[in-house]
Amino acid sequence: MTTAASTTRELLPHEAYVPGAHWRNAQDEAEAAKLGMWLFLGTEVLLFAGFFCAYAAFRLWYPDNWHDASRYYLNWKIGFANTVVLLLSSFTIVLAIRGAQTNRKWMTLWTLVITQACAAFFLIVKLGWEYAPKIAKGELPGANFSYDHAQGPYDHIFLSVYWISTATHGFHVFVGMVVIAWAMWKTLKDHYGPRHYTSLENIGLYWHLVDVIWIFLFPLLYLV
Amino acid sequence: MSGGHHDVSYLGVRGGHWYSWKNVWSWVYTIDHKKIGVMYLAAVLAAFALGGFAALAVRMELFEPARTVVNAAGESVTTGQWLTWATGEERGKQITPNNAYNRMFTLHGTVMVFLFIIPSIPAALGNIFLPIMLGAKDVAFPRLNLLSWYTYVFGSLFAIWSVIRGGVETGWTFYTPYSTTTDWGSTTSMILGAFILGFSSIFTGINFVATVHKLRVPGMGWFDMPLFVWAIYATAIIQVLATPVLGITLLMLVFERTFHIGIFDPALGGDPVLYQHFFWFYSHPAVYIMILPGMGIISELISVHCRKRIFGYRAIAFSSIAIAAISFLVWAHHLFTAQTPALNAVFSALTFLVAIPTAIKVFNWVATMYKASIAINTPMLYAMAFLFCFTIGGLTGPPLATIAVDIHLHDTYFVVAHFHYVMMGGTVLAFIGGLHHWWPKMFGKMYNERWGMVGCVLVFIGFNITFFTQFFLGTQGMPRRYATYVDEFTTLHQISTVGSWVLALGMITHLLVFLQSLVAGAPAPKNPWGGLTFEWEADSPPVEHNFPHEPVIVHGPYDYDEVVPPHCDERDYPLPAPLPAGSRGH
Ligand code: HEM
Ligand SMILES: [Cu+2]
Repeated sequence: MTTAASTTRELLPHEAYVPGAHWRNAQDEAEAAKLGMWLFLGTEVLLFAGFFCAYAAFRLWYPDNWHDASRYYLNWKIGFANTVVLLLSSFTIVLAIRGAQTNRKWMTLWTLVITQACAAFFLIVKLGWEYAPKIAKGELPGANFSYDHAQGPYDHIFLSVYWISTATHGFHVFVGMVVIAWAMWKTLKDHYGPRHYTSLENIGLYWHLVDVIWIFLFPLLYLV
Repeated sequence: MSGGHHDVSYLGVRGGHWYSWKNVWSWVYTIDHKKIGVMYLAAVLAAFALGGFAALAVRMELFEPARTVVNAAGESVTTGQWLTWATGEERGKQITPNNAYNRMFTLHGTVMVFLFIIPSIPAALGNIFLPIMLGAKDVAFPRLNLLSWYTYVFGSLFAIWSVIRGGVETGWTFYTPYSTTTDWGSTTSMILGAFILGFSSIFTGINFVATVHKLRVPGMGWFDMPLFVWAIYATAIIQVLATPVLGITLLMLVFERTFHIGIFDPALGGDPVLYQHFFWFYSHPAVYIMILPGMGIISELISVHCRKRIFGYRAIAFSSIAIAAISFLVWAHHLFTAQTPALNAVFSALTFLVAIPTAIKVFNWVATMYKASIAINTPMLYAMAFLFCFTIGGLTGPPLATIAVDIHLHDTYFVVAHFHYVMMGGTVLAFIGGLHHWWPKMFGKMYNERWGMVGCVLVFIGFNITFFTQFFLGTQGMPRRYATYVDEFTTLHQISTVGSWVLALGMITHLLVFLQSLVAGAPAPKNPWGGLTFEWEADSPPVEHNFPHEPVIVHGPYDYDEVVPPHCDERDYPLPAPLPAGSRGH
């Protein structure tokens, strides 16, 4: 039988870890940051899952129209080019993390620049070669659809799913560019090193997710 | 600040008491979980009051079969002026009395669900006590925690602004096609408000999961955690997994309203029922976001105030996880009148499953009370009130899950009574009970026990008068969401409305008790109830980083039969005499 007389103890010196003052040690802190990031990525997947469900429902209801619309309105070559650059950027951001781990600042910086360039390429293609012509031709979602040579009665629904899912994805690419720019700044200021690269790693994880979502969107929308 | 090992000036307070009210900036910039918790508490209580006023207005309206608050001729009685002002009628918008009624119950529902009940226990009490119960100094991501609060306030203001600007009439479920076609009011901005509030909920969820995983004091295993922590953990997981789906649903609704994308619009080949699926895929799990933390509180209240080891610790812990898992598989029981019989059968069967882990908990609580030395005080009264009301609410779930019965009861007052018995009779009663239980710890002041109990009795009686009658109204066919009704229902409606006044009186009593305590309460000892979890080892209120030194785990959270509680006198907490040899005990 114990009496809980004194149930507190002094912190041992090695336990008095200071930077994020509520952490017991740096490892816990880094692991928590990564766990938090994974959870966040989970929420992102679920968010896009909503689009995929809508996609699945309408695909089941209007299979033929869906097929034709996909062929007619979307150019798989453009989608493919964008897939390639995103895959490339996923690779370069891994190299950027590698650079931080091995203390090669310029490697990190340049690979981040390439990643940024890929992201910009993706958005420019999306806006300039897909969105702009579509808006001009009236290939718009839902009630705004005003294209004269419609292929079937439900083209506008296909385009709705196309617009909302790719626009939301494009927004994520844009956010990715912003955080990668921040990572570049941190690299320049020597914030990263073999022991401090958690935030870079998390940005990398986010970027992979953006990539993976596109890997699903591309075949579903362009290749069905 | 005694004995801190680090410079904690980053908390924004140098020296002095962490919760000194004087320095506003020390609150605005704070990343201390206790302060953020207190700010959440203030905010959710304000939302509760707002939602409560709307509820009283709705009940007022239903006092007579025809309109009383705003009559058809546009003459309004005193309360009516308030009702019409709040819903925009007085600013030249031509709305009918029915619109005014719709706006009032929508205001009530959205505020209570999105602004009050979802954040109430996790973000206020959980924020304060989760880290302390784990022996941690703060949550995993303190800045994210503050961001979550600001997001909450921003989203709330957005929602309230929508109401003031013109009101919303869709009900808290935003069902299409009404929500996509109605031109009245500010539906779009209200939906955006709920969307923003979702982010706040996700941030809190991520934060709490990471905290439980990474900040338990060394030596604390999963089964050494208090059950409140288990409940908050299960809740946080649902928050993370379900809220994004609400987010995307609301986003599509906004697109539907602004760009007319047609996904939910049958005229364009879309489907309004698709919206219902999306919505309930979030909102059914969300009802467990609402109730699980309440269940966690009840586990604490009953074991502490019965001074007894909780019965079936693991069963309670695992049933939280089971509820969290099953809750994702039952959403379509809200669509029994909107889908095919085959689907109905599947979802009906799955829904019955949820009742099992729920019942396990209730049995465990009752078993804990068996032969215990029960202290009669406000928290314990609330725990018992919870058991009574929640059981009624839970038991009316299976009838609703029975398809044939639900075809009759769907969209009647029976459903209204059911969910008020679980949400108000469950979560809200647990929340108020927990508020009393932890009040001395949070603010270092005792509250007036006698008046606390008076408040509890009033709330309990008022609640039951208000909502028990609604079961009868529902079975007799009174549909929900109507401002008028046939004369036969008058008596029951009037009883219900009178009940709402008693309920309000009880709430006012609690408010006064709390205010009196803040101003003139007696200083609270460290462990007024003889609890065994870490928060009762800390000061009342706890110091800046919760404990002067890192606490050490030397006993389980419910070892009442083995340990004298910290800071307590052995004479007040005698340990049970050793059992005679050969007898069986747990
Ligand atoms: C014990 C297990 C439970 C079962 C079997 C159950 C079953 C049901 C069913 C079948 C409905 C749909 C009725 C209809 O619209 O026709 C319903 C409605 C509802 N339930 Fe439950 N329920 C249970 C527990 C809970 C809990 C714990 C909560 C919340 C804390 C809750 C909150 C609600 C709400 C808010 C609604 C109505 C929403 C609306 O239409 O506005 N239920 N329940
Ligand atoms: Cu449900």
